[in-house]
Amino acid sequence: MSKQPERIFVKGNEAIARGALAAKCKCFFGYPITPQNDIPEFMSSEIIKAGGDFVQAESEVAAANMLLGAGAAGIRAMTSSSSPGVALKQEAISYMAGSELPAVIVNMNRGGPGLGDIGPAQGDYYQSTRGGGHGDYRHFTLAPGTVQEAYDLTIRAFDIAFTQRNPVLILGDAILGQMKEPITPWTPENIDEEAGRDWCLNGRTGGREKRLLKSLFLGEGELAGQNRHLQAKYASWEKLAEAELFECADAELVICAYGSIGRIAKSVVRKFRKEGRKVGLFRPITLYPYPSEPLLKLAKEGKRFLTIEHNLGQMVDDVRLAIRTVADSGFHPIYPGNMPTPDELEEPILNCLEGK
Amino acid sequence: MTQSAEKIVFRKPESVIDRATHYCPGCHHGVAHRLVGEVLDELGLAENAILIASIGCSVFLYNYLNVDSVEAPHGRAPAVATGVKRARPDKFVFTYQGDGDLASIGMAEIIHAANRGEKVCVVFVNNTVYGMTGGQMAPTTLLGQVTTTSPAGRCMTHEGAPIKMTEIIASLGGTAFAARAALNNVKNIKTAKKYIKKAFEFQLSNTGFGFVELLSACPTNWKMTPVKANERIETEMIPYFPLGVFKDVSDEGGVC
Repeated sequence: MSKQPERIFVKGNEAIARGALAAKCKCFFGYPITPQNDIPEFMSSEIIKAGGDFVQAESEVAAANMLLGAGAAGIRAMTSSSSPGVALKQEAISYMAGSELPAVIVNMNRGGPGLGDIGPAQGDYYQSTRGGGHGDYRHFTLAPGTVQEAYDLTIRAFDIAFTQRNPVLILGDAILGQMKEPITPWTPENIDEEAGRDWCLNGRTGGREKRLLKSLFLGEGELAGQNRHLQAKYASWEKLAEAELFECADAELVICAYGSIGRIAKSVVRKFRKEGRKVGLFRPITLYPYPSEPLLKLAKEGKRFLTIEHNLGQMVDDVRLAIRTVADSGFHPIYPGNMPTPDELEEPILNCLEGK
Repeated sequence: MTQSAEKIVFRKPESVIDRATHYCPGCHHGVAHRLVGEVLDELGLAENAILIASIGCSVFLYNYLNVDSVEAPHGRAPAVATGVKRARPDKFVFTYQGDGDLASIGMAEIIHAANRGEKVCVVFVNNTVYGMTGGQMAPTTLLGQVTTTSPAGRCMTHEGAPIKMTEIIASLGGTAFAARAALNNVKNIKTAKKYIKKAFEFQLSNTGFGFVELLSACPTNWKMTPVKANERIETEMIPYFPLGVFKDVSDEGGVC
């Protein structure tokens, strides 16, 4: 009998922490905030056992700047937080994007604005996809919908961060972070922790030229040149955009939803399919770059769209931008502060399907 | 005297790049840079050091020191230094920060890096004003000192008292060495170098956090000649910011 792959039963938060360790994350900088505390708590012992280091920072601001330092040193590092804390990290994220430093940041989205609540929400979509800090920058944003996907995408986040020399955000929510599911952990092979690091700070050993990592460009035309370079990099990511298309082929109505809401919508699609209703699901996995191409293709096939988000209308802008030449999308908000269920999504989907 | 009899007795340190600086006449950043460069040379650190540059006039230190460098956001250099050092514990890591950067917007980062006993060093240049932005009031601006944002002079009841950073840093458990020197005369400059070297050595022995405050002149924003500015350090700054070593754990048997 062949050996079964190991299965473990963990929360989304722990899956992300384990995924980071599998991806050879060597430094973690954290700060307590609900609903992501399992990540720093797990890391405070496990990353040390793995030969790395853990710092509980004095603030979210400091944690993000420690991440900047580790990224500048060319070391795989991560920080995690939730909405108000991620807002505080935006300063460093802008500097990291401007200085082209790799880093992985986790946001377990909670309700807002302000202190909001500690429940699930998707109100940070704009912040996560438009460059939440100052200046014209972007970062990759990955939106897992299951605990296994949270593990898998965390491993991928480190690869993207280092191949693109850019911060990468993993955007979950309180549902994903606190939900327990069985997953199959795996370890990527052949991670070369020093390969392709000819830009990082490791001292001028052997008398090499000094290296300088910065985002200040004061010379005539320098900043414009840097922005041109960054924009070209962001444009090159379009081909890396990814989405799950579920039951879309013959669908009359396509639901657009991401993360936990994408998964809840999937349950409704399954139920409706059993009843013979032609509903499909478009679930973006990368929120930036946005998978506009497959969405436009669906629009050109004459399908109708309903975007459902756990916010008051953010991703629907990207849906409409993608399909604007041929179609439009309806929108159904789930108010932050409410815990969404599949049942309550049935009526708006049905109404849309029947053209009400 | 023939040419061959000439002997060079004073050189630029190898760690200092041979180029003109952007600093104003009489500014002490050049002196402070040189002292850091001399100590890097003497301890053989040029090929092992990583500089965290801060925001203010001295952000361009990375153009003058021949070491790997990264630019930190305003006030965050001690946090960035923490990240670099934790990522590469075998490297020599130091920040160089002004008073606005370190004692105002960066107060949380400096306090906690020191308190954790991060094995990094901080060179703190205190000239009692925000220099690069044009001479606004700093957390170290002296009482009565006129700046562009305290036009009637800093007032105790409205702006509070100038902050004594070295004393605060010396009170923290993770600090191995904390000292204040001035750059207004040769004697004080020599002492400053001694302190910087000592702070650097505490990192090399993995003992704890090293902090050196340098009382410095900003003649442009003080609206003084360089000579008068040097005199101000002696007559106004040193009486409020006393010089000396405030903590040296080699006298105490180390940090816990």
